[in-house]
Amino acid sequence: MTEMVRADHVCKSFGALAVLKGVTLSVDRGQVLVLVGPSGSGKSTFLRCINHLETVSAGRLYVDGDLIGYREKAGKLYEMSPRDAAKQRRDIGMVFQHFNLFPHRTTLDNIIEAPVHVKGAKKSTATERARELLNQVGLSDKADAYPAQLSGGQQQRVAIARALAMDPKLMLFDEPTSALDPELVGEVLAVMKKLAAAGMTMIVVTHEMGFAREVADQLVFMDGGVIVESGAPREVLSNPRHERTQAFLSKVM
Amino acid sequence: MVVAQSSPAAIDAVPLRHPWRWVGAGVILVLVGLFLYGAATNPAYGWATYAKYLFNERILLGVWNTLQLTVYAMALGVVLGIVLSVMRLSPNPVFQTVAWAFLWIFRGTPVYVQLVFWGLLPTIYQNVQLGIPFGPTFFHLNLQSLSIPFLLAVIGLGLNEAAYMAEIIRAGITSVPEGQTEASTALGMSWGMTMRRTVLPQAMRVIIPPTGNELISMLKTTSLVTAVPYSYDLYSIASREIAARTFEPVPMLLVAATWYLIVTSILMVGQYYLERHFSKGISRKLTTKQLEALVKAQTEAGHV
Repeated sequence: MTEMVRADHVCKSFGALAVLKGVTLSVDRGQVLVLVGPSGSGKSTFLRCINHLETVSAGRLYVDGDLIGYREKAGKLYEMSPRDAAKQRRDIGMVFQHFNLFPHRTTLDNIIEAPVHVKGAKKSTATERARELLNQVGLSDKADAYPAQLSGGQQQRVAIARALAMDPKLMLFDEPTSALDPELVGEVLAVMKKLAAAGMTMIVVTHEMGFAREVADQLVFMDGGVIVESGAPREVLSNPRHERTQAFLSKVM
Repeated sequence: MVVAQSSPAAIDAVPLRHPWRWVGAGVILVLVGLFLYGAATNPAYGWATYAKYLFNERILLGVWNTLQLTVYAMALGVVLGIVLSVMRLSPNPVFQTVAWAFLWIFRGTPVYVQLVFWGLLPTIYQNVQLGIPFGPTFFHLNLQSLSIPFLLAVIGLGLNEAAYMAEIIRAGITSVPEGQTEASTALGMSWGMTMRRTVLPQAMRVIIPPTGNELISMLKTTSLVTAVPYSYDLYSIASREIAARTFEPVPMLLVAATWYLIVTSILMVGQYYLERHFSKGISRKLTTKQLEALVKAQTEAGHV
């Protein structure tokens, strides 16, 4: 099966407020999908639904063929136990806008935390792998630093390494460069490009159109909780067919 | 960037003077000296009695018992407080309600009343039986036959403390940003593990200062256990046992105060180290070790 993520009419409402109104898309293994859209368009919510940080209200979400958050038996849905939901999340890495590194642990301890305590990996093995990952994101000299001693760009690179340490089959990026100083954006994007080139399946919410054009296989423009337009990034960016896409792109490019 | 040819001389300025600080300190010293002189020459203080009883065997026993009461009651309070606060914040409505009810009762009634109640427990429940209601009994205990005022004092103080600790810990837990829980969840941690490994260690920084307060307060609240009645703590021995016999309450109160002050001082030192431990990673300031490494790297680079 080549399909990694399939969203089938995904809806999400918070009380009476409908944030997602039927999102349907599919991401193949090794593909990079970039989600763009104005704030409040539901792109972050959709991303959070994929690893069940938010519960889907209607529709279905599959990652690698597994239904997210529920078990389906004879046409009936059963709520998943927290333990099983946690198990699903292990294979899905997530990178946040505000990094969310653990401030009380060093860089190295941040990275080995989940492999050791969630997966039960040996500490020595996890440490070795963590050093490899730190090297990959260009921070091998920062293993013993605490997050507060790192710049935003460095923190975000550590956060990416932390997510990768779980050997995820899918990586979700929620505006990974939005909280960074402009001169630090490039270093994070470079790490993400390398990751995409290495064949990682990625869904990226971002305002970096240059990154979308260069790296994405599929660009999706969302507004008001629905997909307005999608397609090859070059196509969408240079020839937006929809009025709303045109209006949005004229503002961010 | 402009590079200076020769580095400028280090600044050697005349430090700012603070004459009024010296004046203030002088005035205070004089006042304290006068008070001490007065206290030393006033026979009402009974310094001879004070000296005689400061290291008295009964007094030392009282100090030891007070310390034990404090430590056990506080340990019970902290452990139960953690459980209660986690219950209050858990998604389980049964836990939430039970914790809320506990807090309501134990914070809502005076600790003195609670201690009297615990003292009366063996009178209210003379026998404890374990078995099937209206069926066979497996276990039987006659509470009145036991002499357990110390245990009852610990339970009374501990349960009351737990209610306060629960609120302190809850404040600490809610002070940890939501993103921390989210990041842990996204990494596949369970709710319990997220609490244990991510949230509580960070909450400690907020929890410790008020807990230090609670501990010091507990040390002094132990003087209420006379309500149980338990009468071998420091205050009971100093005031009710010895002063009642010698008719010299002032020096005995000073003896008790001295010991409370000594123990509090020791506790404050412990709190300092605890706070230092749990503030790891909070400051951007480098640790001594990291600073040394940077200096070394800089000097090496400078020699190129």
